[in-house]
Amino acid sequence: MKRPKKKRSVKAVVIGVSTGGVEALRTVLMALPASFPLPVMVVAHIAPESGSGLARLLDDLCSIRVKEADEFETAVPGTVYLAPANYHLQVEAGGVLTLSVDAPVSYARPSADVLFETAAAAYGDELAGVILTGAGGDGARGLEKVRRMGGIVVVQHPDDAECSSMPLQSLMLVRPDYVVPLKDVASLLIELAGTSAHHEKECTYAE
Amino acid sequence: MREDELFDIEMRLLLDGVRLVYGHDFTEYAEASIRRRVTQWLSSSKFATLSEAQAQVLRDPEVFDSLLRGITVNVSEMFRDPHFFKVFRQQVIPYLKTWPFVKIWLAGCATGEEAYSLAILLEEEGLAERCRIYATDLNGAVLETARKGIYHLRDMQRYTRNYLASGGRASFSDYYSALYDHAIMASRLAERMVFAAHSLATDAGFGEMHVVFCRNVLIYFKPSLKERVLRLFNGCILSGGFLCLGVKETIDGRDVACQYDELAPNIRIYRKRYEAPEKKTVR
Ligand SMILES: C[S@@+](CC[C@H](N)C(=O)[O-])C[C@H]1O[C@@H](n2cnc3c(N)ncnc32)[C@H](O)[C@@H]1O
Repeated sequence: MKRPKKKRSVKAVVIGVSTGGVEALRTVLMALPASFPLPVMVVAHIAPESGSGLARLLDDLCSIRVKEADEFETAVPGTVYLAPANYHLQVEAGGVLTLSVDAPVSYARPSADVLFETAAAAYGDELAGVILTGAGGDGARGLEKVRRMGGIVVVQHPDDAECSSMPLQSLMLVRPDYVVPLKDVASLLIELAGTSAHHEKECTYAE
Repeated sequence: MREDELFDIEMRLLLDGVRLVYGHDFTEYAEASIRRRVTQWLSSSKFATLSEAQAQVLRDPEVFDSLLRGITVNVSEMFRDPHFFKVFRQQVIPYLKTWPFVKIWLAGCATGEEAYSLAILLEEEGLAERCRIYATDLNGAVLETARKGIYHLRDMQRYTRNYLASGGRASFSDYYSALYDHAIMASRLAERMVFAAHSLATDAGFGEMHVVFCRNVLIYFKPSLKERVLRLFNGCILSGGFLCLGVKETIDGRDVACQYDELAPNIRIYRKRYEAPEKKTVR
């Protein structure tokens, strides 16, 4: 189900995950190097009580920096930003992160739909959207917007997902660029990020 | 031109028009959220494009009203962030008890859940008689709900949990009566509340205050507007008074920050310092 790789720069990654999210995020984020050249924004549906615990846990485990997103902070490369419990995470022009307490979207707050839609508006075709394991259908509509803006669509293989609903709903709505098992997500992201570095180099040489 | 680029231009024109005609200024709101709200409002309206809507919005106050309701985010709950209320109870209430009269301003009170939460807390601390709550919001329609104090019964279970986690001393059901699927808040709670329409973006201050609550409102504002609003609050808050923000909002890096101390880490309760005695400059 692979389509020919696109020659295009990627400036940011957004990830949406629900049931099974802690394990899935561990697998993906632990495999990203501290020098990963893109910012990564994540919506994980977690219990509101767990607060910023997940960010701290992942930060301890991973070499890439993981933190909870603060209002109006600018997303920088080599950093993973988790949506705080009970707040939507949004991306503004220029990669500025904002939070909102708008009503739940797709039964979720934070909602991957909100993150993906705003990130797609901010990054246009230079965005990679990733949907991982989870119950429900959050993220599918957001992923559709990523696709519409020309971004890259990545979905965890439903057979491989702890909970296949979110990947399936996404695949029903959007034609993916990549459908991969969890263990290959990080290497794919590194490859996509590398494409962008490579691409930039080519441009510099051309000048 | 791409559709989304066109939409952004139309939205800018519309918000500029709204500011000029109605005096409501949404031009310094963070775009991602307001864009989502305007998009939603448009798709629920009879207009195909914002350009088409603009003529009606600017000429018909009723259409503007529906836009205003559509783009303000009035989501609230009782004892939201119970831990915040717990710290407020433990660390702010003792100061309030030392004052003969306490004026509290809830800016951006939405449908009033926060006002009732606070009224309950003050009653339990024996402060009800001595306090007045000024609850304001930009959106007049939500103030009507706040005044009535009638909420969905189905939410009360969650609010009861919040209340207990916030250190509530009684039984939450003492504070409302159930009628069909409604929960009607005890009318005594609203006795010391004053509701008024007020815009943080365009209106002046609200007199001297001992405490200002402005939770989950500033996250929607760009830094420039946030700066203005914090200056407005600072002009109202008495020395030794308190500013309470939402758990994801801070005054770090803002002009007024140097005049406040944060009571506890990550709770967003700030206490205004007493001014150092001013040195008189003789010329
Ligand atoms: C998300 S609600 C917050 C409610 C409550 N404070 C809480 O934390 O649960 C935000 C409220 O701010 C109000 N608001 C937005 N812009 C405003 C402005 N410029 N002046 C006054 N209120 C405003 C909205 O109408 C809305 O009711």
